[in-house]
Amino acid sequence: MSDQSTPLRRFWAEFRENKVAVVALVVMVLMGLLALFASVVSPQNPYDLANLSLMDSRRPPGFVGSGGYTHLLGTDPQGRDLLSAIFYGLRISIQIGLAAGFVSLTIGTFLGILAAYLGGRIETLIMRMVDLQLSFPAILLALVIVAMLGQGKAQLIGALVAAQYAYFARTAYGAAKAERGKDYIEAAVATPLSTRLVMLRHLLPNCTPPLIVVATVQIANSISLEATLSFLGLGLPVTEPSLGMLISNGFPYMMSGRYWISVYPGVALIILIVAINIVGDQVRDQFNPRLRR
Amino acid sequence: MTDPVLSVRDLRTHFFTRAGVVKAVDGVSFDLAAGEILGLVGESGSGKTVTGFSILGLIDAPGRIVEGSVMLNGTELTSLPEAQLRARRGRDISMVFQDPIATLNPMLTIGQQMRLAINAHEKLGRRAAEARAAELLTQVGIPSAEARLRSYPHEFSGGMRQRVAIAIALLHRPSVIVADEPTTALDVSIQAQILYQMRDLAAQTGTALIWISHDLAVVSSLATRLAVMYAGRIVEQGPTATLLRDPRHPYTAGLIASLPATSKPGEPLAQIPGTTPSLLSLPPGCPFAPRCARQTPACTEEPALTIEADRGWRCFHPVGQMHEEPA
Amino acid sequence: MTAFVKIDGVSRVFGPNLTTGEKIAAKLGARVETRSVHAVSDVSLEVRKGETLGLVGESGCGKSTLGRLIAGILPPSSGRVTIDGVPVMTHGVKATTRVQTVFQDPFASLDPRMKVGDTVAEGPITHGLTTRADAASYVAEWFRKVGLDPVWADRYPHQFSGGQRQRIAIARALAMKPDVLICDEPVASLDVSIQAQIINLFLELTRDLNLTTVFISHDLSVVRHVSDRVAVMYLGRIVELGPVAEVFGTPAHPYTDALIGSVPKLVLDGDELVRFETIKGEVPSPLSPPAGCFFHPRCALATPECSRDMPLMRPVAGRAEADTRAVACHHSEQLVPG
Repeated sequence: MSDQSTPLRRFWAEFRENKVAVVALVVMVLMGLLALFASVVSPQNPYDLANLSLMDSRRPPGFVGSGGYTHLLGTDPQGRDLLSAIFYGLRISIQIGLAAGFVSLTIGTFLGILAAYLGGRIETLIMRMVDLQLSFPAILLALVIVAMLGQGKAQLIGALVAAQYAYFARTAYGAAKAERGKDYIEAAVATPLSTRLVMLRHLLPNCTPPLIVVATVQIANSISLEATLSFLGLGLPVTEPSLGMLISNGFPYMMSGRYWISVYPGVALIILIVAINIVGDQVRDQFNPRLRR
Repeated sequence: MTDPVLSVRDLRTHFFTRAGVVKAVDGVSFDLAAGEILGLVGESGSGKTVTGFSILGLIDAPGRIVEGSVMLNGTELTSLPEAQLRARRGRDISMVFQDPIATLNPMLTIGQQMRLAINAHEKLGRRAAEARAAELLTQVGIPSAEARLRSYPHEFSGGMRQRVAIAIALLHRPSVIVADEPTTALDVSIQAQILYQMRDLAAQTGTALIWISHDLAVVSSLATRLAVMYAGRIVEQGPTATLLRDPRHPYTAGLIASLPATSKPGEPLAQIPGTTPSLLSLPPGCPFAPRCARQTPACTEEPALTIEADRGWRCFHPVGQMHEEPA
Repeated sequence: MTAFVKIDGVSRVFGPNLTTGEKIAAKLGARVETRSVHAVSDVSLEVRKGETLGLVGESGCGKSTLGRLIAGILPPSSGRVTIDGVPVMTHGVKATTRVQTVFQDPFASLDPRMKVGDTVAEGPITHGLTTRADAASYVAEWFRKVGLDPVWADRYPHQFSGGQRQRIAIARALAMKPDVLICDEPVASLDVSIQAQIINLFLELTRDLNLTTVFISHDLSVVRHVSDRVAVMYLGRIVELGPVAEVFGTPAHPYTDALIGSVPKLVLDGDELVRFETIKGEVPSPLSPPAGCFFHPRCALATPECSRDMPLMRPVAGRAEADTRAVACHHSEQLVPG
């Protein structure tokens, strides 16, 4: 009868002890806020062609352009302010990462729990399909699907979901299979409660810890996968550059000393992904009963 | 009384956790003579297992022995460096755990594991080592021991695995074996066989046993002396028969009275009210006071040890003295 | 007395759960276990209204499986269970709320992510025993009956001790207003001083609510204390059945006799404080039970007949009917001459 606090509060108390994870969380939130308020914090709207001047293209950091303000990180080949482009690029990257992450989380979790709970032929069918898909590299799968569906946000998200739902399905299946055998599920079945109720109110909430961990990692993966696709020119249209496309845009100029066009978006991408992964690692450690003190 | 082989004095093992200091063992003292079987009885969280682990120096962070002494054959164990402690573990003192599958290596045959255990402390040829191993397996009641040396742990039943663990503990004829609930996971018929054999083995070899259990009936069938633990302390100890027939501490008396075997079928059992206390928030004084029918304001002080002949207890208001009826 | 719960020739077979790969491997001659386990074989039992039937035996004897079959958690492979004439399961799905279960481990049987009040209320709301609006007072009433403070309904299971959790689990089962309660080792994982509290609560509630109970335990002293009649199981079969005092006092089956003998008992007034005897050998693998009587390899009374013919349940010597006292042994007359 010692502990009166909610599980969430205890979780946060433990999370707070890892300073690196707290810094990563702050960075993550900060980048999220920058992305959310990109239009407010950016000196320029990089998507508004009227704002752009080719005169300002490929200028180094610190250059004062025709707009009258300093381009802190320089400009890209289209004359966009790189700092603004990164903020807007972050927005797109995070948007796509989150959207793809949540859709694959939903689909994957549903399939995984269904397979674990119902068993039998449905289990075999779903899990063999998942296994088959997991044996292909995600990037290959995404490439093929984007090539088939064509360019655009929805298509890109679709490709990412198709490439990633299997990870969630596997995780949800593993967790649900372990929970399925526990007495509290048996107690719910014995009451009797309907299958739908047992799955939604008992099985699902108890499968969330590993799913949250996979979700953080997979959101980071979606972001880098999207960056890869955009870098290869299969992502979003050139008018709405994500971080991957910004890197790709600067790539031809890398060797001519104009490093900033590729490097700064790259750094932003790395910081974001590392921050998400550190937070994900800490969450995973806290959920791992073997590492608990 | 002859010189004790093991003497534990004022042992305190505390765990420094996130939530606070858990005083798992808080001032435990007892002596163990050669060939004696001490039953260490207590409920979960009473500190009986931690006491056993502390004696062998097996306490890991965040736990630590903060005070007290453990003397084995005249050597102080608590101040011994890990390397020297390891040299004694398995040779002078060994342990049997509740779950034998955790202590046996699934990849090695029983014979290989027993040879390794022998060679850890003395050089013995393969043939001689196997002969010793087979002899011990026979002693603990494993039929066709020589053939079973080539079996893997998974080929044994739970009861047989526990016998193997006991045989390994006996390999070097240690002075003391600490057995932590070794029969709890086993069926009653197997448990009876093992208890029976342990009693014989202790008598034959002169090995002293500390038998840790939550089951009063099990330990009392085996032990010559009993020590009852509550909230990290030994609240009462004495010869088994005396202690069971005429308990002094209200907790011991309550435990005995609450056993279904001691009351009429269908009648309510004499129950101890309340729950076992959290070691993080113990009341001052006697830890049993909040659940005790005999508590008075005096109980907010820590009761001192009362010694009478060959027994002792920690209580201001002991049961059964001055010829009153046990509560 | 008429039967209230009727268990009619119930069996449960667990086949090996083989994957496709294992099936192929087995076909090709690999050593894959393809035998099935008869966890419960052809058990017929009757439980009378308001009585407590104890079910004892060692691990793997099928007592828990039998409990789950009666509770409608597992569908039987053959045979059927009825309560007051109504089947517990139809088409492999539990069809009644009249039987509820209390599980062994209260740390596992409560959903760790649900407030305990919601856990207790969930079933009654689903089955219309209370409404969502009245749930709080309904739960409070049951909390009081099992000796818990109703304000604790908002807490999570981890905030309770083992004994308190078991009270919550009992409240959950009883809040469904069952006629029959299956208790599967309800005190086995509790501390000794707490066991007595839960046993007392159980005795009080079964009497007050006139519950019919099946009490499963490996602890003979607990079963003896709470039961009216007792059934002894060995390797999936019932070997002896009868009033608890008679079965434990004068066992008619050598296994019952040996089981009672191997339990360490406190005999506080005898010469010897504690007495126990041992049964030789171990329980055989349920994958390949011996021919004839399953107990004969360990039995002191075994004759060639025992390794040939499976003994059937029959009235114990001197009894007119099998339902007063029955035993499955060829030689029970040597133990109870009648």
